[in-house]
Amino acid sequence: MKVNNVILQFTAKIVFFIIFFFAIHIFFAGHYTPGGGFVGGLVTASAIVLLIIAFDLNTVQRLLPINYVYLVAIGLILALGTAAISMFVDQPFFTHFFDYFYLPLFGKTSLHTAALFDLGVYLVVVGVTMTIIQTIGDDE
Amino acid sequence: MEIIMAFVCGFLFMSAIYLILSRSLLRIIIGTGLLSHGAHLLIITMGGFGGNNPPVLADGVTEYVDPLPQALILTAIVISFGVTAFFLVLAYRSYQELKTDDMTQMKGSEDHE
Amino acid sequence: MLQILCLFIPIIAAFFMPFLFKKIRNVHTGWFVLIVPLFLVVYYSTFIPAVSKGETVIEQLSWIPSLGISFVSYIDGLSLLFSLLISGIGALVVLYSIFYLNRKKEQLHNFYIYLLIFMSAMLGVVQSDNMITLYFFWELTSISSFLLIGYWFNRDKSRFGALKSMMITVAGGMLMLGGFVLLSLMGGTFSIRALIEQAPQLATNDLFIVALVLILLGAFTKSAQFPFYIWLPDAMEAPTPVSAYLHSATMVKAGIYLVARFTPIFALSEVWVWLVAGIGLLTLFWGSFFALKQTDLKGILAFSTVSQLGLIMSLLGVSAIAYHIDGAEDTVFKYAAFAAIFHLINHATFKGSLFMIAGIVDHETGTRDIRKLGGLMSLMPVSFTVALIGSFSMAGLPPFNGFLSKEMFLTAMLSVTEFDLFNFSTWGPLFPIIAWVASVFTFIYSFYFVFKTFTGKLNVDQLPTKPHEAPIGMLISPVLLAGLVVTIFFIPNIVTDTFVKPAVVAIQPFLYSSPYDVNIHVSAWHGPTTELYMTIGIVVVGLLLFLTLSKWQKLYSALPERFTLNRLYDFTINELLGSWMTRFSKLYMTGSIRKYLAYMFTAIPVIVIGTLIVKNAFAFKFEGSSPIHLYEIILILVLVIGTITTVFARSRITSIIALGAVGYTVSLFFVIFNAPDLALTQLVIETISVALFLMAFYHLPKFSKVEERTRFKFGRAFVSIAVGIMVTLVALSSHSQKFIESISSYYKETVYSEAGGGNIVNVILVDYRGFDTLFEIAVLAIAGISIFAMIKLRLSRKEKNYESK
Repeated sequence: MKVNNVILQFTAKIVFFIIFFFAIHIFFAGHYTPGGGFVGGLVTASAIVLLIIAFDLNTVQRLLPINYVYLVAIGLILALGTAAISMFVDQPFFTHFFDYFYLPLFGKTSLHTAALFDLGVYLVVVGVTMTIIQTIGDDE
Repeated sequence: MEIIMAFVCGFLFMSAIYLILSRSLLRIIIGTGLLSHGAHLLIITMGGFGGNNPPVLADGVTEYVDPLPQALILTAIVISFGVTAFFLVLAYRSYQELKTDDMTQMKGSEDHE
Repeated sequence: MLQILCLFIPIIAAFFMPFLFKKIRNVHTGWFVLIVPLFLVVYYSTFIPAVSKGETVIEQLSWIPSLGISFVSYIDGLSLLFSLLISGIGALVVLYSIFYLNRKKEQLHNFYIYLLIFMSAMLGVVQSDNMITLYFFWELTSISSFLLIGYWFNRDKSRFGALKSMMITVAGGMLMLGGFVLLSLMGGTFSIRALIEQAPQLATNDLFIVALVLILLGAFTKSAQFPFYIWLPDAMEAPTPVSAYLHSATMVKAGIYLVARFTPIFALSEVWVWLVAGIGLLTLFWGSFFALKQTDLKGILAFSTVSQLGLIMSLLGVSAIAYHIDGAEDTVFKYAAFAAIFHLINHATFKGSLFMIAGIVDHETGTRDIRKLGGLMSLMPVSFTVALIGSFSMAGLPPFNGFLSKEMFLTAMLSVTEFDLFNFSTWGPLFPIIAWVASVFTFIYSFYFVFKTFTGKLNVDQLPTKPHEAPIGMLISPVLLAGLVVTIFFIPNIVTDTFVKPAVVAIQPFLYSSPYDVNIHVSAWHGPTTELYMTIGIVVVGLLLFLTLSKWQKLYSALPERFTLNRLYDFTINELLGSWMTRFSKLYMTGSIRKYLAYMFTAIPVIVIGTLIVKNAFAFKFEGSSPIHLYEIILILVLVIGTITTVFARSRITSIIALGAVGYTVSLFFVIFNAPDLALTQLVIETISVALFLMAFYHLPKFSKVEERTRFKFGRAFVSIAVGIMVTLVALSSHSQKFIESISSYYKETVYSEAGGGNIVNVILVDYRGFDTLFEIAVLAIAGISIFAMIKLRLSRKEKNYESK
């Protein structure tokens, strides 16, 4: 599969960033408009898959030296940890908190612990999808 | 619409089960894929299609579609993806090891208990 | 909180055992374990002053409050005595095991984990006031006992004994649970104390006798009463510290505890008196009679334990008579309960020491076969002394504690002759006679145990290893116990005032209001009474028979082997369950997954459609459905065509692409149905799935030719059509009738105010139903890691076989 496809590779690089930032956007927008951790994670994964198709597994692995299995573990711990926070302030497991803040640049912004939980979901989804694709693709 | 969808779901289930009961591993995997599509459509059909707006808060809108089935299906979609991928790998690993994908030849034998 | 926590301290300690064993190899793990029971002994000792005054202490921790189930630590005379026995004997046994089990050869962490679990479980049994948690701990003792008996799991006999004990005790436990549930239905509570208060009303209930028998079956199986005793001799395959701990001092006494605890509830029943006293007496005789047949040292002790447990059980049965006599606290009937508890303590001391001696003999000579042993007295003087003290106490001779409780036992049995309710005037005289005969046999096997082992001719050649005295550490525990045996004889009243009387109050709360009301004074000399003459008779006849033992011991081999209880057990397990049931299962469990799937998919429509018909749940109406548009029709057509293509496609790639097409159509459906999140997710997932299928394509098998030739099978089609119809019917019915208001309205109202979000679906996922999502990502992670493992680890068939060896 050593086809030197310059146009595809160049386009893929640009499109990767577009898709990736779109993924970040729908991840953060998820609480108010369609989107969220699942979709965000899947879109991110598909962006990486696009790169893999344009280049090949090893190149992408060099570009993004991430161990996706660890990513899964970090995501799970983050999700579980967020859920457990409330236990330390004497609230039932999985109680979320949120409040509105005025941040410079952003204006009135709401911050949720639920977003942290969603970040855990996001990481797990990216991690699992990429683990699966990488291991299957690797196995020639 | 719900009535037609009920039949569509039934049809999807029927095809899925027909595939799952076949001998070839790959057909079984495709069958499970169809089965999850059928199940998702079934859940959303049972919730009903009333309310003309997506379940996202917006000004001046009071009637939303039932959000609960959607949340359930969203979970189910991702899980079924994981399971399908798992099956896929299980299938081709067992094909590599056993040199067959015929379910009738894959019977467990006594000495493997 | 500490009181409840103490129940679980051993289990918590068990978590550290693997680390201690793996990291600190130079120190025997037992030394760390020893801290636990020592701490518990000290802790429970602090309760003694209060409890001996008749006070009780209770602490509660809710577990499932909606069902009234909670962990309770209830400490009264009875449970404190047992708790001290468990922790005290536990400490001695752990100390003994440090020298018994080699730290280099044995899997010590496993052993101590099981032992600590057992300790927790046993404390839980004796302190639980809630019957459900009592049952929970009860079964935990069975399980830990199973693990301990099977500790040397590479021996066939260990595994057999472990399974046998578990089968019998767990079966009994299940029956007991049935009894508990019945009792709680009658009394409306799981609390034993609350049930005791309403005992008279309970007795009038129709199911009272059923509950009584069920609970007794639980107690009898656990305490190895006739005919369930058969598991105890086989349990002797356990390491000796385990036998000394579980199978003489603690676990087998759980049944005794249960009977004692429930006496206030059930004593009013005639059935209770007859069953407990009768079975106990029968077991007493049976165990003592067959002890003489044994040639294994631990086998003798096992049968002797069975027999002694029967003795205590019969005393508890007789103690129930006190409930039927007015003013029993001043009559001769008061002795039974007192004697039961007193003998329980004494038995724990002398039997514990005897087991440890048996272990020492086994350890130092390499055999427990009494026919090979003999003349060890000069080689092992300390062990001999301890064995002598233990055996004489067991035989009921002064100056050892067994004498005191044995005398009281005879008193209690003689008292039965004075009782004239429930046909006791006819059968009552049998009680002292059987008791006397059994005591004679007890005397003989006690002598048999000690003198056949330690006196006579020494055959060093026959022994696997050259015998010598055990190391000093191993002797500490048995010597301490033997010391207690003697001490208790000289200060019986201190012991009884502290431990026995509070326990008696717990057994007979209607008789006494505080331990001071129990006016029993233990003394060794009562003057020339019937009991004394009986004891003298036991000694004389026993000695005569012991001296002539070699002449008549052969008689045992003349007994038929064919119809023993062990045969019955083997028949049940091997033939009935093992062979017939397996053959029956094989009829339908063929090993073919396709068959199983066909069973399931046949059963599901049969059950669901059947329910629809029986419950008359099918409904169908057109109203309330949304209108149909043209593009929906088009989508449905695409979907149907895609599905048909997947089913009948001949090549792999066509099926995969058709499946993808179906998936994309489904995501378009989600768009129409106002589900933007779903549409988005489905779209991306479908892309990734198709990519995945194509990546794996290279590895996947082609569709086989066989499959293509038999394309259509009638059975398959029939099953799948049935499932399809079922789904359609369910969907139609659920659309046409709504019984319960959807919870969604709550979500809609609170999504902004409570959760601060706008996308209801997403808020449900991360907030309202966060648990679902948490587990979902866990499942996803498991799937991903398994795929990773399946591909990366690559265990091929040969390697797998190698590893499983």
